[in-house]
Amino acid sequence: MSIDVRHVSKTFNGFAALRDVSLRVAAGELVALLGPSGCGKTTLLRVIAGLEAPDPGGSVGFGGALAEARRIGFVFQHYALFRHMTVFENVAFGLRVRRGPRRLDEAQIREKVSALLRLVQLEMLARHHPHQLSGGQRQRVALARALAVEPKALLLDEPFGALDARVRQELRRWLRRLHEELRITSIFVTHDQEEALELAERIVVLNQGRVEQEGSPAEVFHRPASEFVMNFVGSVNLFHGRLVQGRPVFETAPGAPATRFCSRPHELEIETRRDGGSSLPARVVRVFDAGAHVKMELRGREGQAWHVELNPERYRELGLRSGQEVWVRPRRFRVFPAGDGSFPREPI
Amino acid sequence: MAAPESFANTGARRLLIASVLGYLALFLLLPVAFILQQALAEGWRTYAQAARDPAARSALGLTLAAAAIAVPLNVVFGAAAAWAVAKFEFPGKSALIALIDLPLTISPVISGLMLVLVFGLEGWLGDWLRARGLAVIFAPPGIVLATLFVTLPFAARELIPLMAERGKDDEEAAVLLGADGWQTFWRVTLPEIKWGVLYGAVLCASRAIGEFGAVSVVSGHVRGRTNTLTLHVEALYNEYHMSAAFAVASLLTLLALATMALQAWLDRRAATAGGPP
Repeated sequence: MSIDVRHVSKTFNGFAALRDVSLRVAAGELVALLGPSGCGKTTLLRVIAGLEAPDPGGSVGFGGALAEARRIGFVFQHYALFRHMTVFENVAFGLRVRRGPRRLDEAQIREKVSALLRLVQLEMLARHHPHQLSGGQRQRVALARALAVEPKALLLDEPFGALDARVRQELRRWLRRLHEELRITSIFVTHDQEEALELAERIVVLNQGRVEQEGSPAEVFHRPASEFVMNFVGSVNLFHGRLVQGRPVFETAPGAPATRFCSRPHELEIETRRDGGSSLPARVVRVFDAGAHVKMELRGREGQAWHVELNPERYRELGLRSGQEVWVRPRRFRVFPAGDGSFPREPI
Repeated sequence: MAAPESFANTGARRLLIASVLGYLALFLLLPVAFILQQALAEGWRTYAQAARDPAARSALGLTLAAAAIAVPLNVVFGAAAAWAVAKFEFPGKSALIALIDLPLTISPVISGLMLVLVFGLEGWLGDWLRARGLAVIFAPPGIVLATLFVTLPFAARELIPLMAERGKDDEEAAVLLGADGWQTFWRVTLPEIKWGVLYGAVLCASRAIGEFGAVSVVSGHVRGRTNTLTLHVEALYNEYHMSAAFAVASLLTLLALATMALQAWLDRRAATAGGPP
């Protein structure tokens, strides 16, 4: 089932949580809604689920499914498992409340729930209550419960938000495999760019209730549409200067409006000598040499903080150590139209 | 480690516990023991006689009937109010919450007087009621109304914070899984709040049984007809039937102790609710 969000706005007591959001999700796609807290991503998910009504003028359409088959599976951030029911009864809930010709008998319910519990690898815990389970197990119960009604779309609100790092990693891979197997149209909400980049086929970046950019993880990472996106999906180094014939020039011309140049840490070049007006002086503050790349923290003359990633060969060739004076040159950079989606925070 | 130990070693701990126990003994245990002792002062037979007295039995019946009507109504009202307050936003919500507390803040005597002003022969509805031969004030319906009024807040006050704390995720999950409103209430909401509901019912019942002021105003003290247990105790006492008064009082005390035991048990159940049965 495809999902078509058209011009959806949502206002709560004068606060605009969503502003004219339009979005198409193709059948079988796995999409991430990515953004900082308060950007409206959870509200958008709840509007799609029908838990909130969009402001007049907006609508959510579902294609490729008959009206009575538009079932939506929703996994809540805190799972919302029924505390007084066993794992088995939680998963069976959606089947037990069915009425009319689609009603299943007890044997069919048992069979179906058992199959789902096998799918989420929790058959052994069928008789347990939610409070006896770990966070990761609860998450999988919530998923099995949502899948029991054979949803045509699956919506997940911060599915890994309440779990520790290792469990997150595992569940992320597991969810990816599950999606490849079942191919249910899925939308998940996250504030974690790594999660979105790793899990989603397409990412929709939201900022202050608007869609800032949508595209594949690679597009969003390598061709961010705004400084906000660039900052949100990775680290950014910021330089102020002028653009002269496609090259950044940092020689200060007093009073001239400065252009903001954004570069990722691996897009910076370190040199021991000055390269015309295209490089800036800095001092090596710290070197992190444990990892696939050597990470360095530099400080500019005016107190700017820059983060650089070098490959180990280049690092040895330069023979750098902390405290050393060097020159920084952005090898690649992006310039975004001023005032448009710029990130309110200086890069750390 | 040092702090609790040094605290335990001082005499302060013993002094504190002794004074609390002494206070309880003086103001709680002693009067209760005294009631029982006085009730049985003239022998078990007088006690049994007083408890078998038709007026006492009618008072007991009226008290239990008023409680039996007030408790379910106020529990249903409390659950509905808590649901409305916890799950929906609507204008006048905080006014509603304040209004629910009204019977707690005004004196029961005033509550009784308000009923007289509305339903009494000289009240707003007096002529209308008289024309139809209906008696509310100085009759059992008045007792029931007074009991309803004074016990109104108990279930609601118990359930509003409980429902608010639970949030509405569970109900939303149930609805998205295909449950209708009725199924959601019976299968999800009620099982999760049932201990709170029972606790509210017990609080409501103990207040209904023990109420004096409001029912005293509307009762008219017709022995065998409009006297509740508390009013009957007062009547006996005023007529110097001491051991009979204490016998009926001991009956009330036993009812109170029973509800208290039920309350304690529910408290423990509610604390472990969500656990395996």
